Amino acid sequence: MSDRSHQALPPEAIVIGASAGALQALSELLPLLPADYPLPILIVVHIRPDRDSVLAHLFQSKCAISVREAEDKEPIQPGTAYFAPPDYHLLVEQDHTLSLSSEEPVFFSRPSIDVLFESAADAYGEGLTGLVLTGANQDGALGLKTIVDAGGTAIVQNPQGAYATAMPEAAIAQCPQAKIMTIEDISAYLLDLGRNHPGRNSRA
Amino acid sequence: MSEEPVSTGLLSERVEDIEIHLLLEGLYRRYHYDFRNYAQASIKRRLRQAREQLGYRSISALQHDVLHDPDMLPRLLSYLTVQVSEVFRDPSYFKAIREKVIPHLRTYPSLRIWIAGCSTGEELYSFVILFREEGLEQRTLFYATDINQDALAKAEAGIYDLDRFQLFTENHRKSGGKSSLSDYYTAAYGKGAFDKSLRNRVVFSDHSLVTDAVFAEMHLISCRNVLIYFDRPLQDRAVGLFKDSLARKGFLGLGSKESLRFSQHTASFSELAPGDKIYQRLDR
Repeated sequence: MSDRSHQALPPEAIVIGASAGALQALSELLPLLPADYPLPILIVVHIRPDRDSVLAHLFQSKCAISVREAEDKEPIQPGTAYFAPPDYHLLVEQDHTLSLSSEEPVFFSRPSIDVLFESAADAYGEGLTGLVLTGANQDGALGLKTIVDAGGTAIVQNPQGAYATAMPEAAIAQCPQAKIMTIEDISAYLLDLGRNHPGRNSRA
Repeated sequence: MSEEPVSTGLLSERVEDIEIHLLLEGLYRRYHYDFRNYAQASIKRRLRQAREQLGYRSISALQHDVLHDPDMLPRLLSYLTVQVSEVFRDPSYFKAIREKVIPHLRTYPSLRIWIAGCSTGEELYSFVILFREEGLEQRTLFYATDINQDALAKAEAGIYDLDRFQLFTENHRKSGGKSSLSDYYTAAYGKGAFDKSLRNRVVFSDHSLVTDAVFAEMHLISCRNVLIYFDRPLQDRAVGLFKDSLARKGFLGLGSKESLRFSQHTASFSELAPGDKIYQRLDR
């Protein structure tokens, strides 16, 4: 206990934004996380607004952590991945509940990565880790900067290995402090975040 | 207890959060617009947009002008209440209204329908067109309400950018539309204007789900994507208002990601079309 008081606050949540190539990238990350992963993961993937989202369904069968589509006013649970529903923005409230919104699209996108990242940065501050993965637009760049400005950690998928490079490149340009990692490195990083987390019910 | 230094918890509250709280309180006390129980993350985002786009250095500076200049109020409200909708948004909802609600409504000699939080009117026109196609328009009175006067004025004008009508037309077709949407509007100069006969049976009115009361007995209330902007206690107030406004066995339609599952009034409703979020008031 006394050791911990000298350390920085433990991470509280992870937000991920991805667009073109998202399925492949997320398939290399989410299934690796163990069932007792102590952090919640909030995800915006750009999807067509007029389709029912199958993302949560798809990943639930592949993942040890719980995966679902976010619902309005739902309290955020550890070890759970929440996908923003199609045609709604996903936001985080100060009391760590989720809310949905049908405000205007941002960069033609609803859900928007920036909207999730900015609200999560307000709610979690330095406890937040934000990841921008593959994608062909610029959504997420401003949001990632907001996360860093609030004291959180920014990670961007290395554009060289990304299916689409525009989104990671825009994020790096807006947020030069971001750590640039391959998907393999990001996997290891997320696993470490969980392994070293005091909230993990390992051998208590 | 020994004397503690000043609580850092309080001191660490962000200035912007304090400003937002004060602005919303001021807006209520000066103009009786009550956003204090709106879901805060979205309000904060829209206040930041308003501050930036109206050219203020801080929310407090914006607050100063809004409190002293009533002309600023509509400009701020346009940021706080803007919601974008489509004609026949979520076609499956309107299909369910056609197939599951209309047969019940046909049994009444006269009908009152409330579009609550109608914003700029897209949902209202969807309903009037649907009721005309189903032969019920002439025995129906439509109440379209919102707190935003500018939005209500746009609803009453019924003029939208022409490039949106392709989507409106597609939605209308998917909803089971029995005619062509082009029968109901005229296109000119990049705009599409809905036929004014669609407004013959419509009452536009300023009404707040936050502060106002029941005003008539309704057979159907449609309130889509409004409750998501409220916190839980305010959602309960609004749903309670709907419950009290509905005739026995009346219908309530919500947005596709809204639900009565967590509401304190959930026991007063049954699910008529669960996937499309259409509820029926129980007969008690």
